[in-house]
Amino acid sequence: MLDPTLLLNLTIFFPLFGLAVMVLVRNELAVKWTALLTTSATFILSLPLLFSFDIANSNLPQFLTEGPRILESMDIKYLIGLDGLSILLFMLTTLFGPIVVLSSWTSVKKQTTGYYSMLMLLLTASLGVFASLDLVLFYIFFELSLIPMYFLIGIWGGSDRIKATLKFFIYTLVGSLLMLVGLLYLGYDAGIATGIYEFTSDWRFISGEAYIPGLTTQFWLFLAFAFAFCIKVPLFPFHTWLPYAHTEAPTAGSVLLAAIMLKMGTYGLVRVNLTVFPNAFMEFAPWMAILAVIGVIYGALVAMVQKDVKKLVAYSSVSHLGFVVLGIFAMNTIAIQGAIIQMINHGLSTGALFLIVGMIYDRRHSRQIKDFGGIAKVVPVFAVMFMIATLASIGLPGLNGFIGEFLILIGSFQSELYAKPVYAILAATGVILAAVYMLWMLQRVMFGPLDKDENKALTDLNWREIGLLVPLVIFMIWIGIRSADFTQYSEKWVQSALEASQEKAMLVLQEDLSK
Amino acid sequence: MLSAEVLAPIIIGLPLAGFLINGLFGLFLPAYREQKTWIGILATLMVFLPFLGGIALFNNFQAGDPAQIITLFTWMDTGSLSLDIAYRIDQLSLTMILVVTGVGSLIHLYSMGYMSHDEGFWKFFAYLNLFIFAMLNLVMGDNMMLLFLGWEGVGVCSYLLIGFWYSDMAKSDAAKKAFIYNRVGDFAFLIAVFMIFQQIGSLQFDDILGSLNTFDSNQLFWIGLLLFIGATGKSAQIPLFVWLPDAMAGPTSVSALIHAATMVTSGIYLITRLSPLYMLSPEVMMIVAVIGALTAIVAATIAITQNDIKRVLAYSTVSQLGYMFLALGAGGFTAAMFHVITHAFFKACLFLGSGSVIHAMEHAEHHLHHKGKHVHFDPQDIRNMGGLRSYMPSTYKTFLIATIAIAGIPPLAGFFSKDEVLMHAFNAGGTEFAGAMYYVLWGVGMITAFLTAFYMFRLTLTTFHGSFKLPNRYPEAAGAEAGLHESSWNMTLPLWILAILSIAGGWIGIPNFIVETFTHEPAHINLLHAWLYGIAADMKISLSHTAEWILMGVSVFIAVTGVTLAWRMYGKDNQEASDAKIRARFGGLYETWVQKYRLDEFYEGLVVHPIVKFSDRFLAVFDMKVVDGVVNFVGGFTRFSGGVLRAFHTGITTNYALFLIIGVILVIALMIF
Repeated sequence: MLDPTLLLNLTIFFPLFGLAVMVLVRNELAVKWTALLTTSATFILSLPLLFSFDIANSNLPQFLTEGPRILESMDIKYLIGLDGLSILLFMLTTLFGPIVVLSSWTSVKKQTTGYYSMLMLLLTASLGVFASLDLVLFYIFFELSLIPMYFLIGIWGGSDRIKATLKFFIYTLVGSLLMLVGLLYLGYDAGIATGIYEFTSDWRFISGEAYIPGLTTQFWLFLAFAFAFCIKVPLFPFHTWLPYAHTEAPTAGSVLLAAIMLKMGTYGLVRVNLTVFPNAFMEFAPWMAILAVIGVIYGALVAMVQKDVKKLVAYSSVSHLGFVVLGIFAMNTIAIQGAIIQMINHGLSTGALFLIVGMIYDRRHSRQIKDFGGIAKVVPVFAVMFMIATLASIGLPGLNGFIGEFLILIGSFQSELYAKPVYAILAATGVILAAVYMLWMLQRVMFGPLDKDENKALTDLNWREIGLLVPLVIFMIWIGIRSADFTQYSEKWVQSALEASQEKAMLVLQEDLSK
Repeated sequence: MLSAEVLAPIIIGLPLAGFLINGLFGLFLPAYREQKTWIGILATLMVFLPFLGGIALFNNFQAGDPAQIITLFTWMDTGSLSLDIAYRIDQLSLTMILVVTGVGSLIHLYSMGYMSHDEGFWKFFAYLNLFIFAMLNLVMGDNMMLLFLGWEGVGVCSYLLIGFWYSDMAKSDAAKKAFIYNRVGDFAFLIAVFMIFQQIGSLQFDDILGSLNTFDSNQLFWIGLLLFIGATGKSAQIPLFVWLPDAMAGPTSVSALIHAATMVTSGIYLITRLSPLYMLSPEVMMIVAVIGALTAIVAATIAITQNDIKRVLAYSTVSQLGYMFLALGAGGFTAAMFHVITHAFFKACLFLGSGSVIHAMEHAEHHLHHKGKHVHFDPQDIRNMGGLRSYMPSTYKTFLIATIAIAGIPPLAGFFSKDEVLMHAFNAGGTEFAGAMYYVLWGVGMITAFLTAFYMFRLTLTTFHGSFKLPNRYPEAAGAEAGLHESSWNMTLPLWILAILSIAGGWIGIPNFIVETFTHEPAHINLLHAWLYGIAADMKISLSHTAEWILMGVSVFIAVTGVTLAWRMYGKDNQEASDAKIRARFGGLYETWVQKYRLDEFYEGLVVHPIVKFSDRFLAVFDMKVVDGVVNFVGGFTRFSGGVLRAFHTGITTNYALFLIIGVILVIALMIF
């Protein structure tokens, strides 16, 4: 058996190996098979990581690889590992690899080499984001993930792709630049605390007790990072790039955007903002919660009146990720655990919804709700899949979406930071609204009379399409009825991160008083 | 003998297995869909075997035995929250298991006949099994959330089955409406759960009921009220009842199973399960009782004016559910459960009977079509019926028995349960706990009892007595009666079984005072009371035996009056004239009833429409123009970046890729080495 540390490195960079092969073979079919084999291999390579992960010590980074420092005085290094926060998101990413390749199998016809290369690059970048424990490295992967997505939308996207690409790219770039400034300041500030280096970006040090950032520093740095992450999430009112990007992106792009890339934002809020700036985190918590709750309701209401299925699902993401942010800033174990599992859940169910919308688009070349109606009759398997993903998305108990929403709400309800349960109560209205907009959409697409001739000849899902949805459905049900199998991975991490940040917050306050 | 550890998972598991087998094979193997006999028998067995399992458990279980809890596995476990998939076997859950699987089996059997010509036969039975699975989770779950899983699960099955014939937009609208109204209630349910958890850190029933003293009265009020609001959704009470009449769009056996016998009684089950909590909050009890009584009379007045056989029964269900809530609010939890049981028998019988009638009417229509007469009429409109008793004797007799039962004529089932409900309402009027308001509610209950006897006999007489009116209304439909026929044995057998239960089902709750008056010592003939003692925190009846006899006498008198009046007005083919007479008598009030108090229009106009309009006209525009516009303006980048992109856009993608790989490798390499 391979050493898991080596395996982690291999998993992250294996897609690049596939990319190199693709550039060499250049034959369309060979490229597709290379992509499929590469992503499947990446997924298989990542499995031993999950099995050998030490759950009892999930607060500690595991499978660590620590490269040499980039300069003697600069503690920037290749530092990767997985801990309780990242392991499931990492696995989710490798799981989606073969799924998105299969979903593009027949629908992408132009410049296949380039297309699949971008997918490979995006996978490596995403895996890198979740595995990086050095913040500079994290930043590099974070930025790197933008580039393939930029091309995926810009070249293989829909008719209005240029506008969408620009909006997406510049929006996220602005956020990232702020983060870069914050990161530089943070690195030098933490560097002083080391007493050895000028600069450090080692998360283990920065989040530890040795580094006590002052209140003002925290305030500004929190904002810089939070801004970048909130754009990525996206949190209201930074969300307007999302409907464009989602609508115009090719199916695989939308899927990866929803399932993986948006999670980088919420992941960052926990990884950096919670652990490094605890005082600012607590101070901002009610404000972030307000934005989150607005996002939940606003996203749902706007989703309700969309005429384009993809746009509707995009706005539903704004609503769902509002829940995640609400959970994160509740700052207790149940709510943050809920937020983490909800990141996975949203990936599974929204990923599945985008795949499903893509499948119907491939057949009908329309995403307009009014172009459908009654199609459940001609495409029964499709209808069942659509139904399951919808029910998961609206938080039906027994499926995954419920677990996340429930934990987030019950945790937020008793959050000390929010002082009043009103946030959770308002967010819970999202439960009603989700049923409204999803079932209304489902009804207009699937039910009613089959009155359009173009729809009468629709073909049902083929085995490839069923095959790529089935794993997602299995996980939706599995998480739905045995969520503890999944939340156990992050349990210890969340508990110790909360304890550590409470302690750190106390230290900061003491230091502040003694000045 | 099999233990609960073995039987409980089997009881829960078999309906799920039935759903998976019929659902998956049906979905992927078109040939399987044609094996209707096999599909139907399998699905029915998957409900009947759990029924036998329930009987086995019931035999092993004595009144007063402690609950057995069977934990299967962990559902959620994080921080201080731990929830198991665990089932609770006690007197209350066993009662519900027997009702659900017993009535469920009969309705499955009936559906084999009723749905035999439907192309979605496999799907129908898969959904039906899934419903039983969800319903069993609801009544067997050992914590609030497993109950909620069942609660939402039955909601989804109801959604799928109301919209079973989804090609009809009105039917799929009804399905959606049912789900969304239920969700409004579920929202309140969730908030109550959050409050309970915040206070005691557990959602397990024993923990909740064991730590009631840690709640203050304010918390008890809100928890009780919010859970009740949840119940008004599922159990179709004011203000959320409007979905239930529309839910009649589903196949009739669904109406019988879900929208009469089982799912809609979930709210009553929930409150009975938590009865000690409710007893600590008199204000909530009062609200429950008032809403219950109000719903009972509102729905009953609407029922008088309806001409659709299923809608009359639907409003009747809403009204009877109102009775159950009146009982709950008066501290008669056992009485409410008693009415749940008897109502399951006679209302299932009535719905299945109406299905049999609708079948016959549809058959008459087909018969005409065969003869080349393309007449279209509504097979559910009672104005087209009449005289059906000679064509379908079994349906008629069973329907009549169930009608007598629901009207409250002794010694049929409905009499005993309704009498106990009203007795509790009256009793509460005399206690310090509640107050004189309950006398008014008792009065409302009495009026409703009169109305119930009246509208049910109006329905039965118009449908089965007199002459067949279809040919009068549609001259070209002459000869349609040749198409009328009695339903097949698998439909009439369940009818007869339910009819027998409608007669005898009430004998499990014959009031003790009937014996006590003569023997002058405590009697124990009320089996249900003894059985649920200790779970249902009933308020003590403090009435004298004389008072109880008088109340019972008044009840009987009221019911008989209602029946007699109906007989005189509708006994002789004179439905429309009699309806007109009532209309003339009540004027504007009657119009209000016909228009169902305009509640739908009220919600549509005041809630739904404004929100949709606001979202569409304002929010969506706001999002694109304002939120996005500010960003565009601040960035000022649109034009600028267009140029940048063009420079990038050389079209040779692999070049970018190559360039990028080099870049990535360089950066990472720099960091590794």
